[in-house]
Amino acid sequence: MDLTVREYQEGWESEIKSKLESQFSGKVTVTKTETRRVYAQVDRSVSKAVCQYLHDELSFEHCATVIGVDLGEAEQKMQVVYHIDNYTLYKGVVVELTVDVPYDDLHIETVSDIWGGANWHERETWELFGIVFDNHPRLERLLTPDTYEFFPFRKSYKLRGSQ
Amino acid sequence: MTDEKKTQIPDAQAIAEGAEVTKEMVQEYKSNAIDMDKMWITMGPQHPFSHGLWTLKICADGEIVTDADPIVGYLHRGWEKEVENRTYPKIIPMADRLCYAASMTYTHLYCMTCEKALGIDIPEKTKYIRIVADEINRLQSHLMWMAAVGTDLGNYTAFLWCSREREYWMDMNVRLCGARSTTNYPRIGGVRNDVFDIDCDLPNEEDHSRFMRDLIRCCDHFDKALWDIIYLIDNNSTFVSRMVGNGIITREQCANLGITGPAARGTGVDYDARRDDPYDNYDKVDFDVPVIKTGDSYSRYMVRVEEMFQSTRIIRQAVQKIKALGRNAPYRLKVPANIPAGRTFCKLEDPRGESMMYLVSDGTDRPYRLKVRSPIFVNVSSSKALLEGCRIADVPVIMAMIDMCLGETDR
Amino acid sequence: MDMSLYPHAVAMSADEFMSWSTALINDLISSGTRRTVDKLTGPIWSWAMKNSMHPLHWGLACCALEMAQASAPRFDAERYGMIYRSSPRQTDILLVNGWISKKIRNDIRRLWEEMPGPKWAVAMGECAISGGPWYDAYNCIQGLDQIIPVDLYIPGCPARPDAMIDGFMLLQKKIDEYFKRGVILKDRQGL
Repeated sequence: MDLTVREYQEGWESEIKSKLESQFSGKVTVTKTETRRVYAQVDRSVSKAVCQYLHDELSFEHCATVIGVDLGEAEQKMQVVYHIDNYTLYKGVVVELTVDVPYDDLHIETVSDIWGGANWHERETWELFGIVFDNHPRLERLLTPDTYEFFPFRKSYKLRGSQ
Repeated sequence: MTDEKKTQIPDAQAIAEGAEVTKEMVQEYKSNAIDMDKMWITMGPQHPFSHGLWTLKICADGEIVTDADPIVGYLHRGWEKEVENRTYPKIIPMADRLCYAASMTYTHLYCMTCEKALGIDIPEKTKYIRIVADEINRLQSHLMWMAAVGTDLGNYTAFLWCSREREYWMDMNVRLCGARSTTNYPRIGGVRNDVFDIDCDLPNEEDHSRFMRDLIRCCDHFDKALWDIIYLIDNNSTFVSRMVGNGIITREQCANLGITGPAARGTGVDYDARRDDPYDNYDKVDFDVPVIKTGDSYSRYMVRVEEMFQSTRIIRQAVQKIKALGRNAPYRLKVPANIPAGRTFCKLEDPRGESMMYLVSDGTDRPYRLKVRSPIFVNVSSSKALLEGCRIADVPVIMAMIDMCLGETDR
Repeated sequence: MDMSLYPHAVAMSADEFMSWSTALINDLISSGTRRTVDKLTGPIWSWAMKNSMHPLHWGLACCALEMAQASAPRFDAERYGMIYRSSPRQTDILLVNGWISKKIRNDIRRLWEEMPGPKWAVAMGECAISGGPWYDAYNCIQGLDQIIPVDLYIPGCPARPDAMIDGFMLLQKKIDEYFKRGVILKDRQGL
């Protein structure tokens, strides 16, 4: 991992885009880039490999979030969104990875062994959505009481007072 | 807990019948029994040192802490699920109650995310007003932190003096928008009221509004008062020695664990979202970002103190720019009720770290999914790495330097 | 003795009458003594308790910061005798100042039961009064009075420190009334 600190330059986003797309051809599509932002759609089979590549080769040291999104009955899938920050080699750039997870197989590889910061985020995503992170060291309820048996943030769970 | 003893020392009956007890048997017995010294201590939800509602379980081997297990969730309300039931403007007071010590920063972040999703650019004056509001809240939050550090170290005078200074900044909040905390001041497309509206009947054109004059006076007073408070802690070797040398982690460990904010800058991670990923005209004001490489509690303390001085510097510059833009510049735009479908995320430098909001909108007037990334959620999860190897008496000091606000952790 | 005042006594047997009259006389003497003691010492207890209200050192959410500011130099709750105690065994007042989630519900009940009487519960802020902004949360209790009997409600979101001190002035009046009713008499409902 190369930890030299560089100040922001214009062409970084396209550089990262070409590196990702050439390394994982077909499985990673960079949907758009903005100043200091790279948005990519990633196939579930290579999600961990992409994260490992970002960490080792491109020095993305910090995993900011792991977010779950429930796209509902219409699309029969959920999504896991990662935001990865860079502090050194591409300072200030954030990469957003979106991974589709189908309803009938809610599993995805954990990245908590690459970035320790993803540990609690994955636990929270599991307890609120039900997406299982394989090989996570401790997938238990964190925010809600242990006695809960439902996944609150799924679209199928309605709050009182909503239609 | 303990395993079965591998060596059974023979009892009195067996010894009377001629069994032998060797020194090796006794030593092996003792070495297997040593695990019994480890004890899990629960610093439970009701505990004077825990600034917020959480439980910290530490595993202590005598006086040294070997393991830590934080338990959060006592303040979980399902914020992100509740906002799916509210229209966009109604979420602003809810965002206030995420981190109640520095409430305007979360509302600012939320409004920024909505404006980015709408694709509008807010007026220049609003950006500077938001900078002023952010920095006032940063000062309030850091003073609350320092008051808590005072009580943790045993320095009750620091608690009282910091609370007194915090009252002046809360007065500034009241003058700006009417509420002491959880102010509900930023709006999508601008802010609630202009800083020129307030007390604009002064004869002297230079002052333009009593509020801005008093804001500068408050900064001047605070710059002197902060030195008095720092002398309470820094001139006293007891408090300094309690902070120096504990809670040390390496820079790589810090970045990997996801710690952000002053806790990370006190460990050598040179990143501040205001400088490196600027939003809302922070690139047009001049300020320094303190970074200390040592990585112990004292360096995290020093980083926050220096940030307080930098905040007054930022406020002064922003006030100059607002005065230059004048009374008639716009401060709020009308925005549509529906946000077009898409995904947006925005990042902001909260007093506690890097906070983010990720909005999935679907064209209606309610969000489909709004995720809040709270810095303290990750900082608390790294308690084990921070607390390993310290003494029990150091635990409150190290955790105080993380500056917890449990409302945003549990959401 | 005018027996016409006690028609039921006329119908008693001799033994019954003995035990009934002894009980009546004991009661009159003892409750009279008790009542006098109460009248004399009630004001002293109430003066002591209302000027030394010791709340539990416990902050939940936004209103807790205003509680902390109430002990700051500007508002200074300590001049009313309010010293925060860390252990529930040493407190009189359980001040709940935030929303109550299902995880903390058992602990609040336990803290309340650990406090020795006489004790008072104060709900500070909208969330503790009735759930506040989190009216449709799956994890929040709609008000503190669902779990413990509340004596004082302090409205506000967050409740200003002056509102909190004003609420505690009202609580002082309530403590006065409590001791006027008498502490030593066992049968307080009769008064």
